[in-house]
Amino acid sequence: MLTFAGFYGLMALGLNLVWGMAGMINLGLVGFFAFGAYVSALATVNLGAPIPAGVGAAAALTAGAGVVMALTTRNLRGDYLAIVTLGFSEVVRLVASNEIWLTKGTDGISGIPGPWRGRVTPETFNLIYLAIVAVFVAAAFWLLQRIRYSPYGRVLRAIRDDEQIAAIAGKPVVAFKVQAFAVSAGILGTAGALYGHYISYVAPDSFTPLITIYAVLALTAGGTGDNRGAVVGALLVVFFMESTRFATGWLPGLRPVQVAAVREFLIGASLVVVLRWRPGGLIPERIPRI
Amino acid sequence: MAELLQLLVNGLMAGTVLAVPAIGFTAIYAVLRFPNFALASHATIGAFGGYVANTAGGLPAWAAVAVAFAVAGLVGVLSDTFVLRPLRPAGAITTAIAAVALNIALENVVRFVFGNDHRGYDLPLQRDWQVAAIRIGPQQFQNLVIALIAMAAIFLFLALTRTGKAMRAVADNPTLANVKGVDADRVGRLVSFVGMGLAGVGGMLLGLDTSIDPLTGFRVILSVFAAAVVGGLGSIPGAVVGALTIGVAEELSLVALAPAYRSAVGFVAILLVLTLRPRGILGERAY
Repeated sequence: MLTFAGFYGLMALGLNLVWGMAGMINLGLVGFFAFGAYVSALATVNLGAPIPAGVGAAAALTAGAGVVMALTTRNLRGDYLAIVTLGFSEVVRLVASNEIWLTKGTDGISGIPGPWRGRVTPETFNLIYLAIVAVFVAAAFWLLQRIRYSPYGRVLRAIRDDEQIAAIAGKPVVAFKVQAFAVSAGILGTAGALYGHYISYVAPDSFTPLITIYAVLALTAGGTGDNRGAVVGALLVVFFMESTRFATGWLPGLRPVQVAAVREFLIGASLVVVLRWRPGGLIPERIPRI
Repeated sequence: MAELLQLLVNGLMAGTVLAVPAIGFTAIYAVLRFPNFALASHATIGAFGGYVANTAGGLPAWAAVAVAFAVAGLVGVLSDTFVLRPLRPAGAITTAIAAVALNIALENVVRFVFGNDHRGYDLPLQRDWQVAAIRIGPQQFQNLVIALIAMAAIFLFLALTRTGKAMRAVADNPTLANVKGVDADRVGRLVSFVGMGLAGVGGMLLGLDTSIDPLTGFRVILSVFAAAVVGGLGSIPGAVVGALTIGVAEELSLVALAPAYRSAVGFVAILLVLTLRPRGILGERAY
């Protein structure tokens, strides 16, 4: 479960870079996540590439997809980026379901290798993997903290707060936005690749829009703009999801589909509640002094 | 040639039906200035509202469409008043995110009540009409007529009534409308009712062709966005033109692509339009 908190933490960190710092939106988080998972799975299963190469390819290609989307909407209002990213996540799912020769369609790709899988007991594997994911989260956290406290991060915040003033101050706004979006997409792709190697199985059905909501919920609950908030929020979200599992267990006489519906409803509703009453999250952003 | 003509006719009919929810999306955008992604679940709710009226209430399909409009519109007003309106001061993007969350919550309300099964409406079986070399399904034709009536009603409402004019005034210039004494909250509620009602009609019309389940609205949402963006976000005639374009493009894509990629056509169209002409065919400035 902590490993999943790591995946959501990575996604929330990636989202924090574009939304929390640069003020851009990505509503297709799950699309980038899925894209990364598929790239790495295909590279390791079909091409026999080693796992680190798969993860690296996933990060690079997802960042590339991010560049395309950020460039397409570069001069437009944020609403358009929201629509394009949301559309992207659907297209990824469509392609994954239909290009059967490549992705095995809705059957999904199974047998994705994991580090030392099979050579150690499943428990040890889980522990090793938790450590790996923790290292990635720590690395992403460190990178983003560096960005946040650097002049670069200051420019991103300036763009978030007022794009025109940032442009008048001589900052190449479009380049900053595209770069931030690419780095963020790369982090999302990495998270997806790690997910694939952990579960050892990817299928279009695993990548529903609900995952986007998890990541957004993690970031907003923890605190938009603050990288610590993203990590804390991810832990909270996993804790919350587990407790809804318990809570719905207490409700008698529900069919399984109803139980699933109640849980998904609670997650959607809790995001609305957080946005409404605690928009700053648990750790509200404080502008760092540099 | 006949096959191409057939696809063209199919595309125009599908586009006309698609125009209904696209008008809803773009009208809400024009007045409230945010992309309301909760449209998908409202389309589903409308489809299920019409389904209950049709199967349990015994109404014929064309009458059940009115129920779909009312149910989806009512849910639209409630969700806007209690969920989205309080968030609007926080900005369009925050509201859009909340709309996605709201969408998931509402979709699961439908799932809780009706389950995941596909359901079909209670419809008389009819044989396709044959006009020269073109086949036309009577049900599609009926959907076309219903969609045209709904659109005509909206145009008349916006052009002739005082409330319709107030709505256009707010869309055009909220500050000026406020100075003139137009109640923005009332207009907001109204556009939520009409916009989401149209989404409900759209969901039901699409469901009449096939079947409905909790994801009915979600499956078509990409085409709806595409129609609105291609036509120009915020422009109602634009949404109609955009929907017809997308409808025809989706059908013609069948010549070259597998049917499953129909909705990917919408995404490609969005990217193309944003690259070449961001304000769409009939839209205002997009930045």
